[in-house]
Amino acid sequence: MFYIFCPYCGEHREEEEFHPKGQAHISRPEDPEATSDEEWGDYLFFRDNPRGVHHELWVHAVGCRKFFNITRHTVSYEILEVYKMGEQPSITAENYAAQQGAASADKERNASQAKHQEGVRA
Amino acid sequence: MQRYSGFGLVKHALSHHENWERQWRNPTPKKSYDVIIVGGGGHGLATAYYLAKEFGVTNVAVIEKGWLGGGNTARNTTIVRSNYLWDESAALYEHAMKLWEGLSQDINYNVMFSQRGVLNVGHTLQDMRDIQRRVNANRLNGIDGEVLDAKGVQALVPIMDCSKNARYPVMGASWQPRAGVARHDAVAWGYARAADALGVDLLQNTEVTGFKIRDGQIYGVHTNRGDIEAKTVGCVTAGNSGVMAKMAGIKLPLESHPLQALVSEPIKPILDTVVMSNHVHGYISQSDKGDLVIGAGIDGYNGYGQRGSYPTVEHTLQAIVEMFPIFSRVRMNRQWGGIVDTCPDACPILSKTKVKGLYFNCGWGTGGFKATPGSGHVFAASLAKGEMHPIAAPFSIDRFNTGALIDEHGAAGVAH
Ligand SMILES: Cc1cc2nc3c(=O)[nH]c(=O)nc-3n(C[C@H](O)[C@H](O)[C@H](O)COP(=O)(O)OP(=O)(O)OC[C@H]3O[C@@H](n4cnc5c(N)ncnc54)[C@H](O)[C@@H]3O)c2cc1C
Ligand SMILES: [Zn+2]
Repeated sequence: MFYIFCPYCGEHREEEEFHPKGQAHISRPEDPEATSDEEWGDYLFFRDNPRGVHHELWVHAVGCRKFFNITRHTVSYEILEVYKMGEQPSITAENYAAQQGAASADKERNASQAKHQEGVRA
Repeated sequence: MQRYSGFGLVKHALSHHENWERQWRNPTPKKSYDVIIVGGGGHGLATAYYLAKEFGVTNVAVIEKGWLGGGNTARNTTIVRSNYLWDESAALYEHAMKLWEGLSQDINYNVMFSQRGVLNVGHTLQDMRDIQRRVNANRLNGIDGEVLDAKGVQALVPIMDCSKNARYPVMGASWQPRAGVARHDAVAWGYARAADALGVDLLQNTEVTGFKIRDGQIYGVHTNRGDIEAKTVGCVTAGNSGVMAKMAGIKLPLESHPLQALVSEPIKPILDTVVMSNHVHGYISQSDKGDLVIGAGIDGYNGYGQRGSYPTVEHTLQAIVEMFPIFSRVRMNRQWGGIVDTCPDACPILSKTKVKGLYFNCGWGTGGFKATPGSGHVFAASLAKGEMHPIAAPFSIDRFNTGALIDEHGAAGVAH
């Protein structure tokens, strides 16, 4: 069960109030007429589906009804960060791996990891 | 292979069933094979079996990172039916249905295929229109099906609440009498044993960690037990297929989601068919052991953890109790999840890729168990001949760029 922080409401609410809406940061091709079948198919259907860090769109469906983004780990289900529409993630697959490596050697980092885990109740 | 029979059972009873032969060998990997199948689920094992049996390709390895059938194959709710709307999918699932009907004999393994019929219940006028359309399409394709009204449903399932007082009153259903259930782990074991007997090497606890590709042609795989070579590789890895494709530099239009099922404590026989409802979203049957087998919906988010969320379980049980008030006090025994590879048009991918010799069989999502024999058969034919079998051909990856989708979303009842 997720316990999700809505960046617009400014509080943690239960998973039941939210709907996941798939991969975040997918932009519609600027000029559809000039887009090849391959590019259009990619835009519509092909997703990253990573085993690891994933940026995804959620909507606070029975709350403020606003869309926002979550960076989440798809194996541990840990919510790594929550950010508003139009913002960019600070945690990515690349820097998360680096951070994980460093964290095992650095106890202080471990403490900050624990802070990230607050968003989840498994 | 030691053949199973009633006589054998009696004979082994005399030695307290302690002398049964192992069902398959545990071979050490060879340096190279003619064909490698990645993924020892039902589809991978069936592919290997038909390769050896129908197409004479016996120098085959099935590489499985865990144990045989440990993926979705032995996690599903075992529903088998073929009442799909479109010609392409109807052909594929009906091909499987015909193979199911002779499967236990063919592989000399009791897969407990039980044609107890499947009801896809309708609760709205639109549900009923879709049901009529689908049943008509099924019959034109030679697939059995009937449209029942609420009375007809009640007659088949007396314990179901078909009254007008229900929150979502039952208006009718589609009924496929040839549909039913099978024992899922027996399907994996049966195919495994039969394939092994024909010379297929089943390599368990062996994980494929990369593909060996040179000049656009596959020539082997990297595994945690060393490299193994083959010029033809079929990847049949269900929920992990997106990750596998990435290793080969290929994109797939799949998303991996947790899907859950649960079983109750065993109770006396009370439900002798399979009931599925798309509208209230729940499906249920009773196993021969007596437990109620209940399937949930997918969790909406992507996930690779083989577990699901509690809200989903709660919604599912609400739906079941809504349809069957009599089950309101039955206790649930176990609950688990599998990772399903959902495809945008709710149809599988059976396809060549841009890497020569590398094929994918995936995207079965929430409903591939029923297709196991058919999928294995047409995929084996494709690997053996280097050309996609006519039944498999429409399920190419290209359809997501050409637009030739096969939309089975609503039409096939609940997506299982
Ligand atoms: C809860 C639930 C209920 C379902 N209910 C139904 C139903 O009622 N009817 C129906 O028709 N379908 C149902 N399904 C769907 C069905 O189970 C699947 O579509 C089908 O079993 C897929 O079979 P498979 O052999 O392709 O995959 P799997 O059985 O998942 O096999 C894939 C195998 O690949 C292995 N693998 C993955 N990566 C690697 C690697 N790198 N190296 C080596 N091995 C690897 C895995 O360990 C796994 O064993 C359900 C699924 C679930 C989860
Ligand atoms: Zn909110």
